[in-house]
Amino acid sequence: MADLWLQFVLTIDATLRVATPLILCAMAGLFSERSGIIDISLEGKMLMSAFAAASMAALTGSPLLGLAGGILVSVALSLIHGFACVTHKGNQVISGLAINILASGLTVTLGIALFAQGGQTPFLNKSERFTDIVLPFAEQAEHVPVLGTIYKEIISGHNLLVWVALFSVIVTGYVVFRTTFGLRLRAVGEKPEAVDSAGGSVSGLRFQAVIIAGVLCGIAGTYLSTAHGAGFIREMAAGKGYIALAALIFGKWRPVPALLACLMFGFMEALAARLQGVEIPVIGNISTDLILVLPYFLTVILLAGFIGKASPPRSIGVPYIKER
Amino acid sequence: MADKTISKARGDDSSPLAISLDNINKTFGSVRANKDVCLSVVQGTIHGIVGENGAGKSTLVSILYGFYSADSGTVAISGEPVRLRSAADAIAAGIGMVHQHFMLVPNFTVLENIILGHEVGSDLKAGARQAEASLKGITERYGLSVDLQAVVQDLPVGLQQRVEILKALYRGARILILDEPTGVLTPQETEQLFDILGTLKAQGVTILLITHKLKEIMAVTDFVSVMRSGEMVDHLQTAQTNPQQLAQMMVGRPVLLDVGYQAAQAGQAMLNAEHLTVTETSGVTSLSDVSFSVHQGEILGIAGVSGNGQSELLEVLAGIRKITSGTVQIGDRKITAEQPASPSEVKGLGLAHVPEDRHAMGLILPFTAAESAVLGYEYADMMGGRSPILSPAVMAAHCKTLMSSYDVRPAEPSLKSNLFSGGNQQKIVLARELSSQPDILLVGQPTRGVDIGAIEFIHKQLFAMRDKGCAVILVSVELDEIMSLSDRVMVMNEGKSMGIVRKADTDIQEIGLMMAGVTAASPRQQKAR
Repeated sequence: MADLWLQFVLTIDATLRVATPLILCAMAGLFSERSGIIDISLEGKMLMSAFAAASMAALTGSPLLGLAGGILVSVALSLIHGFACVTHKGNQVISGLAINILASGLTVTLGIALFAQGGQTPFLNKSERFTDIVLPFAEQAEHVPVLGTIYKEIISGHNLLVWVALFSVIVTGYVVFRTTFGLRLRAVGEKPEAVDSAGGSVSGLRFQAVIIAGVLCGIAGTYLSTAHGAGFIREMAAGKGYIALAALIFGKWRPVPALLACLMFGFMEALAARLQGVEIPVIGNISTDLILVLPYFLTVILLAGFIGKASPPRSIGVPYIKER
Repeated sequence: MADKTISKARGDDSSPLAISLDNINKTFGSVRANKDVCLSVVQGTIHGIVGENGAGKSTLVSILYGFYSADSGTVAISGEPVRLRSAADAIAAGIGMVHQHFMLVPNFTVLENIILGHEVGSDLKAGARQAEASLKGITERYGLSVDLQAVVQDLPVGLQQRVEILKALYRGARILILDEPTGVLTPQETEQLFDILGTLKAQGVTILLITHKLKEIMAVTDFVSVMRSGEMVDHLQTAQTNPQQLAQMMVGRPVLLDVGYQAAQAGQAMLNAEHLTVTETSGVTSLSDVSFSVHQGEILGIAGVSGNGQSELLEVLAGIRKITSGTVQIGDRKITAEQPASPSEVKGLGLAHVPEDRHAMGLILPFTAAESAVLGYEYADMMGGRSPILSPAVMAAHCKTLMSSYDVRPAEPSLKSNLFSGGNQQKIVLARELSSQPDILLVGQPTRGVDIGAIEFIHKQLFAMRDKGCAVILVSVELDEIMSLSDRVMVMNEGKSMGIVRKADTDIQEIGLMMAGVTAASPRQQKAR
């Protein structure tokens, strides 16, 4: 029983780690999509910034500079997306797709050119990464039943970026629903004409939104390569950007439901990892592949049937063109 | 000419001008939308601008509101020359605009919509509280009460418009531009709007009213300016003109505003609809238990604010949309949910359909007029019956005949459909459908976006069809059109029939109340069915 409890707590702990990039990307997508810009390039931005952060950390030895590099590169990609979708009113899905393809190829090419390790970046030492922060009394708390275990295993021992991700949900909620900027942001995704005729700038707001999305994706990418992992591995985003997008839709473009969706997807993945090779009563030993497929399978099922009536921002995907 | 007429319109040279436009020019591609337009609007008056579609009214107000910049010319607000490069500039100059299509975010509250773009501080709640306080003063002063916490999409159209007006006033507008404000309103809502405009005027607000409804110009404005093909034709004092004169100025030739209704003797019922109900796949009931019949030699008008089931009714009758329950009987054929009819079958039963949206359903815009003129009649005898081969020469000749008898200009069958004006496009559709000699004619919004001259012609054609014994069902959101053409009127509200009244026994007031869903037809009237 005690062992099962510990297993459960460890799974929850892993859930948080796995869900962190999802949460950051979902919040990034929330800003972008609430402003009316579809962002399937979460994936590409995250991948590119994972590479940039790991390279920067490897070259300078500083994880913080790595983070700065990751954010910078991701914002640059956001600006390309904005330039294509807002300035030139291009197709938002195509633009996002192009960024994803670009990131997939460019990271490997640059990786080989810079480090000659088959597209990977050098292994990052502890000092070059965001390391786990052990909260005070974590060791002593171990002996307190239930709460102690929760404190030690789930709350303590996460790196800075996990906290940033959780904090980003609160900030997103506040900015989008409690500030003037948020009001305009939502308005521009629903009815850009209203903002235009009220004297606001549709392009300006949409650019701000994609830049914020860039910053958040940059943090997510940095987390992958310089916090959760210890270096960049080709295609390390592995569809997380798309899952985050699914979580955002599943959460109906709202911060807290999107967070819960991210945690659920994270939990499925953590569970899959933990169930590998474990003998389950009645069912027996489940094939590893089957377990790994579980979160993706669930995504499809949930998105297909259980999401209910999702009402996206009304003007999402529609470039704003003043009528004649 | 301009100077003389301006001073004439101003009446008194000393009264201060709220707006003065001088020689405004604006060109889109090869189209000169505004040619040397001059306009002087006296402060504290209601000034109307009338003109047909494409006369340049919208371009002019868009320039005033900073949406477009003029190619040349100057704008002065309250005597001060201004440069209006954006809506923000216009707002700063004290100009507010109520657009034809509301600029409201549907899922925001009234308050959120009002403060959008004009918020106080960065914290939404604190700013909203402050705004609420200053709005209270405005609502009381102008008598514009509305629930600030209501979500806009739940409000009736008339109240949404009120929100637009409040929005402008909250931004400090002293000049209010209203672009076709009554198009979506019931007669009662229109009256309320005019009351509001009166109050605003009394408080010193200057109002610029853009419309094509001459009746409204006569009812509320002090001055009126007439535009035709991009130019100002004249500026007049409303009290010294009449609709007939204005119409003539708009069109450039004398027009009959009312082609003259003469009661007709209705014959046997040609189409019976019993308990028609249509439920959409979304679960929404768009048509609910509608019953009526239409007889030989009569026009049955279907009145209602746009979107209350009239479109669905037309589509059901035309065989485009399936019935959920109820029946439509044409001759011996009973159309039901189990035995649906296709549009071509319905056509074979002697029914012709002039659809509401000629761009989406009436014509194929990139096709030539000759092609558009045979759509749906490719297998008609004149086209060679069942033969799969269409002869371009026959099509062109057919189109040419239609064009000359329906006065389509230019009478050029090889011209693409989108190059004709709205009125001429409508005439092509009308010609095609009427030439099939139908027993039953469905007509949807026959004069929407059509200039006055063509309206006169189309109305005459509908009367001619009726007098030939055709049963006509006319759907229109223009109540005046319904009232001047119909023998009987069915009013629709939220997919239901509010009752059928004889035109001779009713008036606009009663129909307006029925349109708003307030009252059903009185028992005496019900018999009109």
